[in-house]
Amino acid sequence: MMSGGIPMNILYDAALDGVLPQNDKAEVLADLQAATPGLTLLHREEDLRPFECDGLSAYRVLPMLVALPETLDQVETLLKRCRALGVPVVTRGAGTGLSGGALPLEQGVLLVMSRFNRILDIDPDARTMRVQPGVRNLAISEAASPYGLYYAPDPSSQIACSIGGNVAENAGGVHCLKYGLTVHNVMKVEVITIEGERMTLGSEALDAPGFDLLALFNGSEGMLGVVTEITVKLLPKPETAKVLMASFDDVEKAGRAVGNIIAAGIIPGGLEMMDKLAIRAAEDFVKAGYPVEAEAILLCELDGVEADVDDDCATVRRVLEAAGATGIQQARDDAERAKFWAGRKNAFPAVGRMSPDYYCMDGTIPRRELPRVLKGIADFSAEYGLRVANVFHAGDGNMHPLILFDANQPGELEQAEELGGKILELCVEVGGSITGEHGVGREKINQMCAQFNPGELTIFHAVKAAFDPERLLNPGKNIPTLARCAEFGAMHVHNNQLPHPDLPRF
Amino acid sequence: MSDTANTDHDASQALAERIRQADAEGTPLRIVGGDTKAFYGRKVEGSSLATREHRGITSYDPVELIVSVRSGTPLAELEAALDANGQMLGCEPPHFGDDATVGGMVATGLSGPRRPWAGSVRDFVLGTRVINREGIEQRFGGEVMKNVAGYDLSRLMVGAQGTLGLITEVSLKVLPRPGATRSLRLELPLPEALAKLAEWGRQPLPITAAAWHDGALALRLEGGPSSVAATRERLGGEDLEDDYWIALREQRLGFFSPDDSRPLWRLSLPHNTPVIDLPGVNESDVLYDWASSQRWLRSDLDAETIRLASARADGHATCLTPGLDSPFTPLAPVVEKYHRNLKAELDPKGIFNPGRLYAAF
Repeated sequence: MMSGGIPMNILYDAALDGVLPQNDKAEVLADLQAATPGLTLLHREEDLRPFECDGLSAYRVLPMLVALPETLDQVETLLKRCRALGVPVVTRGAGTGLSGGALPLEQGVLLVMSRFNRILDIDPDARTMRVQPGVRNLAISEAASPYGLYYAPDPSSQIACSIGGNVAENAGGVHCLKYGLTVHNVMKVEVITIEGERMTLGSEALDAPGFDLLALFNGSEGMLGVVTEITVKLLPKPETAKVLMASFDDVEKAGRAVGNIIAAGIIPGGLEMMDKLAIRAAEDFVKAGYPVEAEAILLCELDGVEADVDDDCATVRRVLEAAGATGIQQARDDAERAKFWAGRKNAFPAVGRMSPDYYCMDGTIPRRELPRVLKGIADFSAEYGLRVANVFHAGDGNMHPLILFDANQPGELEQAEELGGKILELCVEVGGSITGEHGVGREKINQMCAQFNPGELTIFHAVKAAFDPERLLNPGKNIPTLARCAEFGAMHVHNNQLPHPDLPRF
Repeated sequence: MSDTANTDHDASQALAERIRQADAEGTPLRIVGGDTKAFYGRKVEGSSLATREHRGITSYDPVELIVSVRSGTPLAELEAALDANGQMLGCEPPHFGDDATVGGMVATGLSGPRRPWAGSVRDFVLGTRVINREGIEQRFGGEVMKNVAGYDLSRLMVGAQGTLGLITEVSLKVLPRPGATRSLRLELPLPEALAKLAEWGRQPLPITAAAWHDGALALRLEGGPSSVAATRERLGGEDLEDDYWIALREQRLGFFSPDDSRPLWRLSLPHNTPVIDLPGVNESDVLYDWASSQRWLRSDLDAETIRLASARADGHATCLTPGLDSPFTPLAPVVEKYHRNLKAELDPKGIFNPGRLYAAF
C-alpha cells in the first residue's frame, strides 16, 4: 500500500505485459446492453471515476466500462459476451485490496460484485454459512454471533472488505498462526468461468473428489474464474481471550521471546510485535498505554477454555521474564484488552500521521531470521535516509515494515520504492515470501521475478491457460510475464538459458 | 535395494533423469513410495518410479513449527523426529503399513481422526518441491506460514495422487503435542449421539476425535490439563484406551476386517447429515468417524445407489476395495473439463500416474 504519487512501472504496459485486444467502447457497450437487459452498466467518466482504484489508491486507471450485475445470469452472459468480443474482465469486490488486484484496465470491463451482498443460509449445527461474494467479512461473524459462532480470518479491513475479495487474495489477519488463512476456512465456492460455465469447487463435506481446485482458486486474484458464492466454516467462539503486553529494551530479545513462547508448546491466538517508531506513533495517536521508552513490545493473546488460558498466561509470563522483558502487563478486563489492541490495529494510520506518505510492505520470513532482517532494514533505512517503522505479525512471520517518505520531495518516492524492493528481496533471500496476505496484484509484480524462476513462472502461466487461455480474466496481475522479468533484470536465469525460448514471452 | 536405502540421500537428480526420459519417450510412470496405498485409486500401468531412496529431513526447527522433508522419507521416521521435540502432524495421517512415506501421505491427502478439528493434510502443507515433466525440480510455497505469492500449486498437489508431477519434498506446519489427552466411551443410541455431536460442535470443547459404532460414541479430548479434566468429568462415560484412535485410523478395528467380503466405502458428508437410508444396510454396517462427516460403509450395493444417496446429502463416496473402474465419484462435466485442461498443460504426454484418479486423465 502506498499513499502518494505514481511509480513508473505499475501501469499495464503492452510491451511487457502482453498486447490487449483493442475494442471500441461504444460497440462493446451496445453489445452488452443488448445481451444483458437490466444490467447496470456505467460508461460516463464521472460514473467510472469512483472505480478507478482499489485500496492501493496511488494507482488509478479509468476502466472502459463498469458492470454492476445483480443476478448470476447477468454475470454469465457478461462473461460470455466479453469472451466473444475479446474484452478483458477485472473482477472487484469491496475495493479494499492493498496490492492493486482490482486495478482496472483502460480496455477492460470492471465487474463489480458488490450487489451480491446477501447471506443465503446459516446452518449452526453444521457450523457453515453460505454467502454471496459481496458480503462483508465482519458481517459474517456478526450473523454467526447469535449462535455462539464466528468466522476466523479477520483482515484489518474486515469492517469493509468482502468475502469474495478475501477468497481472491487468500486474506489473513492477526489470528492466522492458530486459525489459518482464508483457504483454511472456506469449504466451497461457486464459480462462473470465462466461458460462462458454472461449477462448484469444494463441498460442504470436508473434502471433494478430484484435484483441490478450491485451494487453487483461493488467492488466485480473479484470474481463473469469477466466484459467485462462498460457503465458509464457522468456529465456536472461544470461551475467553486474554492479552499480555511485554516491553523489551532490545528488539532481538523480543524476537527470541516469540520463539520461546512457541517452544513452550503454546500457539497464541495472536502474537504481534512493534518497534520503537511504531510504538511511539501508536501511543501518540490512540493512547493505548504503550511504554514509549521500549525498543519493542510484544502483544500476546491467548484464547480458549478459561482454565487452559489461565495456565497458558502463567507460562507465557514466565517465558517473557526469562527472555528479559523489562515490563509485563496483563490486560485486566476486555476494555483494557481492546485498548492494547487499538494501538496495534491503528498502527498504519498512526505512522501515517508522522509523515506525508508511507509505503507498507507485506513480506514473510522464517521467524529465526528476524534479527538479521531487522538489521538489514535498519541498514537500508540509513542508506536511503528514510525512516522505517516495523509492525510484525510475529507469530506467523509476516512483517509490515512501513517506509516513511514525502512524495513532494523530488526522487523520494523512487527511493521509497527501491528501499521497499530491497526489503522484499531480503525476505526472499532468507527463505521468505514477498507477500504474506496482501497479494501480488499489480504492486509486487516485479518482485515476483525475485521469488520465482522462469520455469516456475511458466508453470503458473500454464495453470492460467488451463482456465483462461485467452488471458481475459484480470490480465497483468499476480504472475509477471517472462518479458517483464527480463526487463527488470531480477530474473533468475538457470544455466544462462530461458526455458521455452520458443514460447511467446507475454 | 542399494545401501543408501536407510540414510538421508538426495536422489532428485536420478529421479529427474528418469522423468526426462519418460517424457521424451512418452512412457507412463507409476510413482511408488512405500506402496502402502496402492489400493486407493485406480491401477496405474507404467514403469515404477521409486521415491524411497530420496529421503531425509532437510530442515526442522521446532521453534518455527515447520519441517521440510523429502518425499521418500518413511512417515514413521518423520513422526519420531517430531515426537522427540514434543510435536506432531496435526492431520494424523494413516500409514496403512510400516513402509508408508511422506510423499504418499501428501499425494493421497488422507487424514486421520483429528481432521475435522485440526485440518487435513492439505491444510498443513506450506510448500513443495516438484519435478515437472521436463525433469526440472521447482519450488512452490515455502518455509513460511503465510505466502500468497503466485498460485497455490503446493496445495493443488495434495490429493492429486502424483498425476501432476513428482513431489520430491514438502514443507509442513507442525503442532505441539497437546498437554493432556483423555479418551472416553459413551453408550448412546445413534440418533442421540448425532444430536450430541451437533450440540458440542457449537461449544468450545477440547474434542479432537469422535466416532460412533456399535451402540457407543468414542471421544478424544486434547488440550490443557485443566480443560481436559473438566470436560472428562462433565461428559461422563467410561475410559477408553488412546490406542483406539490408531486402530481406527489404520483400519485395524473389527469393522475393517479383511474377512468381510463386502466392499469398503468411504462416504464424505456435510457435518450433521442425518442417517442415510440405504437398502439392506444395517446400523452395524456403518462406522461414523469425524463426528459423522466421514462414514465407513460395508455394502454390496452398486456404486450408483451409494453415490446417489451421498450426492443427495451434498457428499461423495469413494470405494476403497479395488475393482471398480471409478473408485472416486465421477466429476461434474465442467469440473472434469478443467481437470483435463490442467493435466494437459502440466503433463501433456500423460507420464505421471496416468489414470490413477480417473480414466480420462
